[in-house]
Amino acid sequence: MRDSDMESIFALVLAKANYVVYIILMMVGLYAMIVKNNLIKKIVGMSIFQTAIILFYVSIGCKRGATIPILVHHASPEAAAHGAEKIAAHAMEAVDVAHYINPLPHVLMLTAIVVGVATLGVALALAIKVYNTYGTVEEDEINQQLRSG
Amino acid sequence: MPMETVFSVKPFLAVLVSLIAIPCIISSRSQNIRESWTFAAAFIKFALVLSMLPLVLNGGVVEYTVCQIFPNLGIAFRVDAFGMLFALVASSLWIITSIYSIGYMRHLDEHSQTRYFCFFAVALSATIGVAFSANLLTMYLFYEMLSLATYPLVTHHQDKEARSSGRKYLLYILGGSIGFALPAMLITYHFTGTLDFTGHGVMAGHVTSGTALVLTLMFLFGFAKVGIMPMHSWLPAAMVAPTPVSALLHAVAVVKVGAFSVVRVFTGIVGIDLLAEFNIGTVVCVIASFTIIVASLIAMSQDGLKRRLAFSTIAQLSYIILGVGLVTASGMTGGMLHIAMHAFGKITLFFCAGAIFCATGIKNISQMKGIGKRMPITMTAFFIGSLSVIGLPPCGGFISKWYLVLGTLEAGSIPLLVVLLTSSFLNAVYFLPIVYNAFFCSAEDSLFEPERKEPPLYCVVPLVITSICSVILFFFPQPFLNLAKMAATTFLGG
Amino acid sequence: MTRHLPALIIVIPLLAALFTAGSGWINSKAPFRIAVAALFFSFVCAVLMLIQVVTTGIAMEYRMAGWAGPMGIVYVIDHLSAIVLVVITAVSTLNLVAQKKNIDAEFNDKEGAFNALYVLFTAGLIGMTATGDAFNLYVLLEIVSLSGYALIGLGSRRAPLATLNYLFLGTIGATFYLLGVGYLYIATGTLNMAELATIIPQNMESGVILFAFIICLTGLFVKMAMFPVHGWLPEAYSQATSVSTGLIAPLTTKVTVYIMIRICMTVFTPEYTFGHLDISGFIVLLAIVTIVFGSLSALAQTNVKRMLSYIIIAEVGYMVGGFFLGNRLGISGAILHIINDAAMTLALFLAAGIFIWKTGGESRSDLKGLFAKMPFTMAGFVLAGLSVVGVPPTCGFFSKWYLISGGIQAGNTLFVAALIFSSLVNAVLFFRLFEIAYFEPFADADSHGSNHGSHTHGGALAIKEAPLDMLIPFLIASITLIVLGLYSGTIVTNIIQFAIPTGVI
Repeated sequence: MRDSDMESIFALVLAKANYVVYIILMMVGLYAMIVKNNLIKKIVGMSIFQTAIILFYVSIGCKRGATIPILVHHASPEAAAHGAEKIAAHAMEAVDVAHYINPLPHVLMLTAIVVGVATLGVALALAIKVYNTYGTVEEDEINQQLRSG
Repeated sequence: MPMETVFSVKPFLAVLVSLIAIPCIISSRSQNIRESWTFAAAFIKFALVLSMLPLVLNGGVVEYTVCQIFPNLGIAFRVDAFGMLFALVASSLWIITSIYSIGYMRHLDEHSQTRYFCFFAVALSATIGVAFSANLLTMYLFYEMLSLATYPLVTHHQDKEARSSGRKYLLYILGGSIGFALPAMLITYHFTGTLDFTGHGVMAGHVTSGTALVLTLMFLFGFAKVGIMPMHSWLPAAMVAPTPVSALLHAVAVVKVGAFSVVRVFTGIVGIDLLAEFNIGTVVCVIASFTIIVASLIAMSQDGLKRRLAFSTIAQLSYIILGVGLVTASGMTGGMLHIAMHAFGKITLFFCAGAIFCATGIKNISQMKGIGKRMPITMTAFFIGSLSVIGLPPCGGFISKWYLVLGTLEAGSIPLLVVLLTSSFLNAVYFLPIVYNAFFCSAEDSLFEPERKEPPLYCVVPLVITSICSVILFFFPQPFLNLAKMAATTFLGG
Repeated sequence: MTRHLPALIIVIPLLAALFTAGSGWINSKAPFRIAVAALFFSFVCAVLMLIQVVTTGIAMEYRMAGWAGPMGIVYVIDHLSAIVLVVITAVSTLNLVAQKKNIDAEFNDKEGAFNALYVLFTAGLIGMTATGDAFNLYVLLEIVSLSGYALIGLGSRRAPLATLNYLFLGTIGATFYLLGVGYLYIATGTLNMAELATIIPQNMESGVILFAFIICLTGLFVKMAMFPVHGWLPEAYSQATSVSTGLIAPLTTKVTVYIMIRICMTVFTPEYTFGHLDISGFIVLLAIVTIVFGSLSALAQTNVKRMLSYIIIAEVGYMVGGFFLGNRLGISGAILHIINDAAMTLALFLAAGIFIWKTGGESRSDLKGLFAKMPFTMAGFVLAGLSVVGVPPTCGFFSKWYLISGGIQAGNTLFVAALIFSSLVNAVLFFRLFEIAYFEPFADADSHGSNHGSHTHGGALAIKEAPLDMLIPFLIASITLIVLGLYSGTIVTNIIQFAIPTGVI
């Protein structure tokens, strides 16, 4: 019994691998943000946390046996002679949605990556300011300074 | 009697008059100009109120809606007999108190007089607003306005004592209104869908007896200005205010607003029928009786004159509540009439207390032996005022006590009759000795200036006027008696 | 022309932010002027759109770049978004104009940067309110957050640390929201709010949608400082400059509440949120804890801005609790409170700004004697305080009216008790401040006069009010509180009523 249970769990984890991975990454990031003392490590944790979500989004667009969502044009002399519209028409008919992975999550995540980078930048700028004010980026030392100062 | 309804902006104007006077008061160049603005506002207000009197005496009603806030509820005014009674008392006494204020404040060279007169004006606006409210929302609005406007008046001296008294004041009054009256109002609105004061109340048929009892008690303790125990401690504490403030506000306006509000809610929202049917009236009478007796007993032990007067007021207010709780015609007439009679009597007493302080600096009764020889006019007025409060002829207070006694007999309640008579006796016990000591004991000369010195004229004239009024009201209790009778008939279902 | 207003209202501030930043190098006065002009223009747009929506009764839809939804991003201005847009633009414009002196004092050589951030923040809020796309909401949410972090971080010595804490929690919140949107996308295949609203009712049993709802809501709760994830708010708001708090405090939490209402009511539909799910009771309980905790914590503060911050936390509890009561009265109360609380908070923080300008200090005791020195400012402050307590005819009374009525109708006595308790605590809080301002003599009066309180008639007590350009906008804000109060019924009947789907009773 226990073997088959283990097998089914293993199969489940394998099938939903992307979910498992993103959850693990998210927990790692959260752990770092909450538990770590060093501000830079917290910021890194935040970055990992955001990356986990990005990974999640990208992974849900995947399909078995599908290819990257870039249209391939069949360039031929006749097509060139008939003009650009015909190329477009040919290209349109050739698209079968099931063959391409979903591009929308990728697009959304481009935005999210930018947001993540901006957040990282602001966080690091603030960390620099904190360092300039307190001389340290360890949170417990800062708290000590605040309590006594 | 057909109810003629007139739509006129007069009630709203009566409220606004004193508010409009405020910028004029603030910007006055001299003291006399400033005081004349107060007088102008007071006279116009009284005139407006008086102009609506004939209509109301004929059974008519004046209505005016300022704005509709909710679909069926807004800020609206409705002048009926009961409201007219209270408004007449308040507006006439404002004129007299203003005269007194001038004498008192100038004699003692008090600070911040402009602020004083401004907030006085706001307080009177709010009082008239409560008197003329057509629904519970409007009344609550003006009730709160009064609480806030009287705070700077009570804490006028801005010293440590004023600060702690001010806190007590707010604690009881705001605590009561926000903590009890507001939820009660909203629960009532939830059950009945309206907050208009209607002749027979709005709760009938919508609430169970238990809910009605709870709501009634929440209103009774929520409107803490009526001083029902245990929500009474603010009143003695508020005696740190200058005496004209104590006089008008605590003998007439603030506490009477409390009593008026409670009576209004009992008659217009809960409804006399409900009070009788669910025996809530009896509960109210018991609570009121408790306050009457205990307050009278405490009054006897007070040495400070103003504090003794304060506890006396607490007892007298409960007479009004008792009157309504009796749910009989005479009882209600007596209770409502007492608003007027007690006002004139009590204000005389406070004026005297202030006059004594003005002339001699004395606040305690034990130091007032022989003072009658120094200030015969003042102490005679004090004597008349105390007769009125005790309820003896030939003063107006006798008439309202008479109706109250009749009311207890109508209700067939001997215990309440005993309560009334006992408290009258106690009133005599704590008032008459003051008068006796003042006139018939030898003066302790070291306490007073050698020559006879009455207080300033501006102080003496008002107290003479109000004491004469108390006597006149005994012989001619109109129009107050008629208004009270009319109101009682309406509420009881005529 | 009016067709393009939904786009203009966000595009103009975005472009203006760019110009503001650039113009800072050319002329030091230009950034402020461009910012005010842009924000005022947005305010006019918002008012026009509100008028149009109210008169025609139909929501305005704008397809960005012409792409129709659900493929493209659609901006929808219905009754709810229209009124919130007016609030956002009015508050930001008024605050900017009122606090010019504080800006000059604190951001002397950074006008371009500061004004650009200010306009960017407002543009983000406008977009968040107007958008009809769930992911677009996340983008704008992050724009608002980042500008907010920058604005707050420019504050006092302790500000960067407070901002970092805010940043961490804010990022967690926003990322949770993003995660929720992701799950919604998995379940439904669309990001358009209107389309989601049609698909979700057909899939109520789905565990994916349930998870999406919970995690979206959690993220939003973090961003609006509900208990127990409120820790970032008091530090962040009290360390920021008065201008920044004047902008951020009235708006961030309220617009986040708006988003919560939008998500729970428009996207997930009331049938799902209140009918199918059984968490309303738990969330109202959480709101009650927030209210009580916020009120009690405010009592313990001596710093005026921290006290106001805790009051904000309690007010958030009002709105969330009122909304999750699930009845029309409660939801109306919550939406009305968004408007009223934004106005009240603006008035309070403008007053705090004037106090700090005048006395240089932020603690309670710095308010000594201000009633005599600055009567008009204090009059406005008293009005704002009374509105928080809930005294008629200020607006705070009327939103409390709806919230308490909603609680009574839902039979939730605990919520009603919490509201009353909070009103009483607020009364204590504000009267404590009024006492200090009223009873204690002004800080630089001669000490020999202090025994008699204000008996000294001297130059020390001559009135010296705040400068007019700070005072007038502040008084406008205070008087608006009464106007809003008297018009509460009108607002509810003409605007809010239509914002709530007809199924809710």
